[in-house]
Amino acid sequence: MSDDEKRTEAADSAGDAQGMTSGTQHPDDVEEAARTRSESSPVDQPGKAEEPGGGPDQPSKEEVTTGGDARPGEQAQTQDEAKDEAEESTAEAPDTLGPRLPPEHPSRRGMFGAYGGSGDTSGYGRLVVRDTNPVRGASTPRPWPGELEKLGDDVSAALREAGSTDADVFEKVLVDRGQITFFVKREKLAEVARIFRDDPMLRFEMCMGVNGVHYPEETGRELHAVIQLLSITHNRRVNLEVTCPDSDPHIPSIVHTYPSANWHERETYDFFGILFDGHPALTRIQMPDDWPGHPQRKDYPLGGIPVEYKGATIAPPDERRAYN
Amino acid sequence: MSQQDVTFTPAGDDYADDPYAGVRETTEGPVYTVTGQDWDDVVGAAAAGEERIVVNMGPQHPSTHGVLRLILELDGETVTEARCGIGYLHTGIEKNMEYRTWTQGVTFVTRMDYLSPFFNEAAYVLGVEKLLGITDEIPERANVIRVMMMELNRISSHLVCIATGGMEMGALTVMTNGFRERERTLDLFELITGLRMNHAYIRPGGVAQDLPPGAVESIREYLRWMWDHIGSYEEFCNENPIFKGRTVGVGYLDLAGCMALGITGPVLRSTGLPWDLRKSQPYCGYETYDFEVPTWDTCDSYGRFRIRIEEMKQSLKIVEQCLDRLEPGPVMVGDKKIAWPAQLAIGSDGMGNSLDHIRHIMGESMEALIHHFKLVTEGFRVPAGEVYMPIESPRGELGAHVVSDGGTRPWRMHFRDPSFNNLQAVPAMCEGSMVADVIVAVASIDPVMGGCDR
Repeated sequence: MSDDEKRTEAADSAGDAQGMTSGTQHPDDVEEAARTRSESSPVDQPGKAEEPGGGPDQPSKEEVTTGGDARPGEQAQTQDEAKDEAEESTAEAPDTLGPRLPPEHPSRRGMFGAYGGSGDTSGYGRLVVRDTNPVRGASTPRPWPGELEKLGDDVSAALREAGSTDADVFEKVLVDRGQITFFVKREKLAEVARIFRDDPMLRFEMCMGVNGVHYPEETGRELHAVIQLLSITHNRRVNLEVTCPDSDPHIPSIVHTYPSANWHERETYDFFGILFDGHPALTRIQMPDDWPGHPQRKDYPLGGIPVEYKGATIAPPDERRAYN
Repeated sequence: MSQQDVTFTPAGDDYADDPYAGVRETTEGPVYTVTGQDWDDVVGAAAAGEERIVVNMGPQHPSTHGVLRLILELDGETVTEARCGIGYLHTGIEKNMEYRTWTQGVTFVTRMDYLSPFFNEAAYVLGVEKLLGITDEIPERANVIRVMMMELNRISSHLVCIATGGMEMGALTVMTNGFRERERTLDLFELITGLRMNHAYIRPGGVAQDLPPGAVESIREYLRWMWDHIGSYEEFCNENPIFKGRTVGVGYLDLAGCMALGITGPVLRSTGLPWDLRKSQPYCGYETYDFEVPTWDTCDSYGRFRIRIEEMKQSLKIVEQCLDRLEPGPVMVGDKKIAWPAQLAIGSDGMGNSLDHIRHIMGESMEALIHHFKLVTEGFRVPAGEVYMPIESPRGELGAHVVSDGGTRPWRMHFRDPSFNNLQAVPAMCEGSMVADVIVAVASIDPVMGGCDR
């Protein structure tokens, strides 16, 4: 909870800083900065490639704001440009040199006006938004709340009975918002699934689904597969999460334990390119058979075309200004 | 006889080069496209020595509930193998939601399973609220309205299932009556949300707007009508020898099969297991309502029909209880950092922000304007993490897997749609039966392809 508060504070102070900036800065400076952004080509911008979500300086957007500028003359323009370039080098420097996010929590893609991975919206790049994603955190220390403590004991007992231990098969165990997620080592998945289904203390009869998540910044574990299990006997649920690197996207299939995972694994393969070893017929299910790429991955663009409405052009969704 | 010896000219020489109904040679042998009235020709080809007949039923077949494609391998009229082809209605909703704010996501999810929009919205919204940690702060009135809308929606969804299922068997009166009752339900939706379908009514933090004047009376009137008319389906079908002949023992799937294939909903309850998430893992306060979970023990299409009728009656009971519980109060969470700033109102140009609110932000308070602008354009942030939120939709477990990275947009949204999962049971239900039984079995699963393909 304290992390959340920190985050809110960070966002608030970022907003304040933004307000302050626009209040104290000279209007001419703002205008010039805007022109600099619009005139430099995308290749020249260091932040450009790293911000697929669309930074604040979308060419279309800036064209709108600077379109009405009357240019004094050729001579003045070149002077302007020279000045702009000088300004650009100084203005961009703090952003790229600013505090970098530690490698374990780099998922934030920057906010409004933010460059270089900083979450600061003021443009000065001095604010770091801490990553609080429990998925990238360590195991949740025991005791766990409510029924989950007993579930954890039952899992340990079942593993002991099968001649294994928690540490052997799990990378970590997360308890978050009343739900428990076992991060299973990928070579152990088939074995663990069988234990979860068959052990009388666990009896997770049903696999409700398999689903992928793509975290491109988590080097070596970019692709996650999340499996939801349901025990009707004991009326409880667990999630199993398995990771695999992008370079070796293999995860053992659980279809032989849970036939219901068949289509779900096909869908996850279709959308993320995760290869489920041992699946009886791993083919695409939603996309056409000859479709190139895997659409739910983060490096796969959303696509779309600009739409004209009453004379104004609205950019496709993935090129619009983003506040993420 | 080799395959090349078979000559096949559909419906006479005049149509020999018909691009839509002809024969073409492939590496697998000749492939015939059958469009109607030329079945005899195909049967003739079969008699002439074809070894396998594989028939594509759909994706444009009227009895496959939308764009479901059934690939049937036939031996005479008997189905020896059945497979489903899906994906014809894939719209990339999950991907699109990654580029919209959390509130805008509701507009997408409501279009997935178009027969049960409120359930899509509720699963998504409950997942988001769980990530936000505000599940307990949702106002009571909002929860009651949510339950009421979901139960009304369950009725309208089951009515479509029974109506179209009946139509496919030739029971046209069931169809016309079913759609008549459904239309009355959609009238209520239109009165309350402004739209017959695709409502985007349940929002993170509550519901989009309070019940309009006269809504409670209209719902009571509707309940009276429904209690009067719901019995007609039982009178039409329960002991109808044709109906029973078509449904009893058809689409058989027992408890072990349901467990293995992850089947939930009426199909699971037709095996006798009273598994309903509203009872076993309640949400939105369902544990405080008085209702029963109907089951049947025949594991077949007939049992599923009876369960759906009974569930509609239980839903009517729940809606009655909701009306009795409706107390005046807010319908949106008190936290102004999350709650949508404006309530909607009908203006001269249709529905929009209420005029009072516009007067407030445009004329009275700059801070209110800033707040409105930030919340509407940026949206609110959802703490990082992931949750899986299952609810009981008319077709079974609808689960929303919500992943946030702490931003104003979902990092990943995934829906475990019951139609998607339950269609895996088609081979188990249909293989070994007649072609005509495939229609009934699929209808008893009640797949909605909008939800299946998303």
